[in-house]
Amino acid sequence: MTTIAAGARLPVARRSVVEREHYLNESVGVRSWLLTTDHKRIGILFLIAITFFFVAGGIAALLMRINLLTPNGYIVDPETYNRLFSMHGIMMVWFFLIPSIPAVLGNFVVPMMIGARDLAFPRLNLLSWYIFVLGGLFTLADVVMGGVDTGWTFYTPFSSTYSNSAVVLAIVGVFISGFSSILTGLNFIVTIHKMRAPGMTWFRLPLFIWSMYTTAVILVLASPVIAITLVLVALERLFHIGIFDPRFGGDPLLFQHLFWFYSHPAVYIMVLPAMGVVSELVACFSRKRVFGYKFVAFASISIGVLGFLVWGHHMFVSGQAIYASVVFSFLSYVVAVPSAIKVFNWTMTMRKGHVHFATPMLYAYGFIGLFTIGGLTGLFLAALGLDAHVHDTYFVIAHFHFIMVGGSVMAYLGGIHYWWPKISGKLYPEMWGRISAVLIFAGFNLTFLPQFILGYLGMPRRFPHYPPEFQALNVMSTAGASILGLGYLLPLLYLAWSARYAQNAPPNPWGATGLEWQTESPPPTHNFEVTPVVTEEPYDYGEIEGAYA
Amino acid sequence: MVAVIPMVAAGIPLFPPSASSVSWRVDRLFFGLCAFSVIVVGIVFFGNLYFAIRYRNGSHADRSNQIHDSTPIEWTWTIITAIVFFGYFVWGLQPYFDDFRPPADAMNIYVVGRQWMWKIEHPDGRREINQLHVPVGQSIQLNLISQDVIHSFGVPAFRLKRDVLPGRYETVWFRPTKPGTYHLFCDQYCGAFHSDMAGQIVVMDGARYQQWLSQVRTSTPMAREGSELFRRHGCVECHKPGGRGPELSGLPGRLVHLSDGSVLIADDDYIRESILAPGTKLVAGYPPIMPTFQGQLSEMQISELIAYIKSLGIEEQEVRPQ
Repeated sequence: MTTIAAGARLPVARRSVVEREHYLNESVGVRSWLLTTDHKRIGILFLIAITFFFVAGGIAALLMRINLLTPNGYIVDPETYNRLFSMHGIMMVWFFLIPSIPAVLGNFVVPMMIGARDLAFPRLNLLSWYIFVLGGLFTLADVVMGGVDTGWTFYTPFSSTYSNSAVVLAIVGVFISGFSSILTGLNFIVTIHKMRAPGMTWFRLPLFIWSMYTTAVILVLASPVIAITLVLVALERLFHIGIFDPRFGGDPLLFQHLFWFYSHPAVYIMVLPAMGVVSELVACFSRKRVFGYKFVAFASISIGVLGFLVWGHHMFVSGQAIYASVVFSFLSYVVAVPSAIKVFNWTMTMRKGHVHFATPMLYAYGFIGLFTIGGLTGLFLAALGLDAHVHDTYFVIAHFHFIMVGGSVMAYLGGIHYWWPKISGKLYPEMWGRISAVLIFAGFNLTFLPQFILGYLGMPRRFPHYPPEFQALNVMSTAGASILGLGYLLPLLYLAWSARYAQNAPPNPWGATGLEWQTESPPPTHNFEVTPVVTEEPYDYGEIEGAYA
Repeated sequence: MVAVIPMVAAGIPLFPPSASSVSWRVDRLFFGLCAFSVIVVGIVFFGNLYFAIRYRNGSHADRSNQIHDSTPIEWTWTIITAIVFFGYFVWGLQPYFDDFRPPADAMNIYVVGRQWMWKIEHPDGRREINQLHVPVGQSIQLNLISQDVIHSFGVPAFRLKRDVLPGRYETVWFRPTKPGTYHLFCDQYCGAFHSDMAGQIVVMDGARYQQWLSQVRTSTPMAREGSELFRRHGCVECHKPGGRGPELSGLPGRLVHLSDGSVLIADDDYIRESILAPGTKLVAGYPPIMPTFQGQLSEMQISELIAYIKSLGIEEQEVRPQ
């Protein structure tokens, strides 16, 4: 296990044989990709698109962090800074995090995991990508038109009346991308219901499928709410219809209720798929069935349901009724219970297993640690009396970055590495994988741990200028961000390199269970030569103990 | 976190000053949650580390009797987690409730937020911008309203924050316990110069507060300003005994019967709405003849009118001399 972890013992002399036909080479040319209905190719199209948007959102973050090196922000003026954090949030939430695991990994592996040839509606799947890209282009066009300065939260009446920036264009971009979410969610629901291979009962599904199923339901139920809410903001902005601005007879808090009714479940759209990936990784690299399979599966469902009932915890100090706050605080503690249970179950999975420290497992460890801290600091924010102090400060920023970046992005990268041999048919360089996993973990903590302290000190979010006594912690955070940026750059480079130059991957380099590993790498266009029949429980590692080393 | 030591040595603050009657209770809750977090992170970290080392691939640890499911274990950690969480939920209630219950002797200060400044008016008519001087030990109730977008009045040293909404009064109170100068921030993003909408709260002991009072030029008390507005805008023509409009003395806090049959308690929001949109909630028995004053009064002037109407009740009933 030094440089190339996997598959060293398996015969990989394929290159000398006549090139086998698979989904990557069965047709060639740009046209064959842009008109494809193959879920695997569409997954790659999503991978390229969201990587692009991730870089765009990342550049905005980088400029913000550089600006925060000094209390007076010499790099950009406040109005530019406001456009940077708005674009960072919009890009990262709607054009990277929400589609990341579902549209890339989900698209690629969901049909294979359940033994299907494709998603239920392949053309709808392609349409989803085009809608997504169109929405992203509108949002990027907004940058050209001067940018939007409302933050990703679009709070009224600032967004609906007072902002002088290109609000409507950004709203149009997000509105369009919502349809992509709905179509992808719908496709997954139908696929998981109707297209499971013979013998693939609900309790034989990999836990990734359970979490994708829950996510898909949230996507379908929640996305229309944000869409119509943003339409109302645009209408108020254009025609002063009086929904949100009290000057026209509206109620500004109504917007916050509607916005968070979507945006809190959206947090679970980001983190449930990540939990699904981690379940796969922990099982595979511990060589053991996930501890408490049914509890983990039902924890996903209960998080999905309860996630719709906690939106008011974003509004404890915003003028919401005091007893509403009490109910939302209580429910926020309730929704934290299933998340905690999952962490305990993953830990117990490793007990008496055979733990391998390949790159994906390092990311899984990173996820467990950072998600635990993110979840625990959520308890601070759910406590009413404490939230009155830390609300809208850097404490909140640190908390949700621990969940969304420490949690979701870690799991996404873990999943990318785990399924990379299947996606590309190549083995990535293991040593570089581990180096960047460690870099990302270290850089992440250095970036965001100081922000908890800043937040408790009282530094508000969205502040280009701050009192000088906050500088040292901000410098630490920026230093961490530069390490984090480097950590993200490395996989981009070596994965791109490996897709062309690395050693070919065997069908099952990890010795993992799961139907996706029973077909070739890369898979044939229709995934399986023969439709598989499932006769076993998931994660049945009993017989192939220690199979890869 | 090794960096913490030189930072402390260099005098860089890592913890905010604690300067109000609630701040220690918030901090106590914070430390309580920190302790719990350390325990959980410890369990998860050392649990993972132990299993990672002991059950690393190739180790000779005993792996017989693997467990894949255990309903008792699952319910045990579910129930323990739920009980602890419920405890913290309950713990979080008290300081929050306290924020909403001002003591009876609180001094009323009116705050108007606008892009990008805080306008503050004391009951005696003193006006301040981005600064609030208060005596130590005195409970202060803030009546907050915004002239444009949503702002948030946040004072970290008091562990206090409340959003400031357009078109609606929010109230919050505090009792400063330590003299000093503390940050006042706008915590809700409000546009281009959000981060410059900052100021300070100056907490002074009794003698220095008196000194400050004598230094600042005397001005007309809010209620008298309101009385002047009441006369100038002709309110007094109708709102007088036997006039065409309802009498206003003793109105604040009283039950009001409306023409549609409903009943409400006359609070600041109701009085404000009745000035700006008089037809919306019409008092039973009166015709809808009052004109709107939308656009003719600033938020601060509306606050002065309310202060005047409140003073009417007090003067006539002589409940409590000001």
